[in-house]
Amino acid sequence: MCNTCGCNITEGNRHLLTPVPQTNLLGNNPARVLNSLMEHNDRQAETNRSVLDRHGILTINLMSSPGSGKTSLLESTIRRLDGRWRIGVVEGDLETENDAQRIRALGVPAHQITTGTACHLDAHLVQKGLAHLDLSQLDLLFIENVGNLVCPASFDLGHHRNVTLLSVTEGDDKPAKYPVMFRAADLMLISKTDLLPYLGEFSPERAETCLRNLASRAPVFRVSARSGEGMEQWVEWLSTELLAYRELLKSRKTMMPQVQSEGRRLHALAPEITFRPLAKAD
Amino acid sequence: MHELSLCQNLIDQLNALVLQHKAIAVSHVEVQAGMLSGVEPELLEAAFAMAREGTVAETAELVMRKLPPRILCSACGSQAEVPPNDLRCPMCQASATELIAGHELILARVELVRE
Repeated sequence: MCNTCGCNITEGNRHLLTPVPQTNLLGNNPARVLNSLMEHNDRQAETNRSVLDRHGILTINLMSSPGSGKTSLLESTIRRLDGRWRIGVVEGDLETENDAQRIRALGVPAHQITTGTACHLDAHLVQKGLAHLDLSQLDLLFIENVGNLVCPASFDLGHHRNVTLLSVTEGDDKPAKYPVMFRAADLMLISKTDLLPYLGEFSPERAETCLRNLASRAPVFRVSARSGEGMEQWVEWLSTELLAYRELLKSRKTMMPQVQSEGRRLHALAPEITFRPLAKAD
Repeated sequence: MHELSLCQNLIDQLNALVLQHKAIAVSHVEVQAGMLSGVEPELLEAAFAMAREGTVAETAELVMRKLPPRILCSACGSQAEVPPNDLRCPMCQASATELIAGHELILARVELVRE
């Protein structure tokens, strides 16, 4: 745990720091004590997901290192879509409103979450963010997570798909170095490919191999927000996912990122309980 | 990763179990953290030592089990322990494997003290 940056405390879980001994924050149903340690976040995520599903909004969690081009990708995507779908964006950064302002400049509603010191978004922060958007006017929501390859992948926000960017100015072995993050990707985008001619060391094939070694079946697209390379393929992927999502909703089902649905199946059990009698003092 | 807030969740679950089973305290807790769970056992132990103060788990012993990734190969059917960043089947090299252990973060076992 980091004491200096307080990176594990967010507005969403700060209240948990002052334990109230007899209060059962899990609600009045002790029979449902499950074995997951992510219960608080996951419950909020489920609530977020059902709110988004009620409005039929496909929600994408966009993750990467800082500076991989998430916001530029969104700007380019918004321009290309030209109003085809109604888009909303929730931005996550430690400080500044810069990213949300860039999105709003394109006429798209965006809400900025400034986390202060928290290095990732969690379901509680996202719930607060959603309250600032008119959900009845959206088809597609992008949550641009805090730039960080470590923590964000572990937090279900109530979203439907994880998209992870890896820019060509980074090492092509990043998926091997950050297996938790890259395993979580439902789609990996190799970004800034317009710079590839200047970066002989970066091999997109090697990056994809590292991803495949994580037993990931996620597609890998090369994109450049600047040149437009791969953007059509990316938009087509969004279109396919949106259609698939709407179909699922018709059968009253929802969509979860591959990795989160894995986790849920595992955590639906109760812990094993054993007993010991109170030791009598002599 | 976020070991302190995970500990708060853990304490909350322990409170609920103590109430449910009408116990007095918690004596032993076993948590399993897979190497792909995003949690470091040593950090969780350190956080637990702080988080348990003044709670029903104040004198509880926390045992962390760090689980290595384990895959089931869809191609040849073998099961094997693998490193966290190479989940290919060691027998046949297929990358069509399923992770059957190593990504969990669970409260596996709790020992409660009763009269």
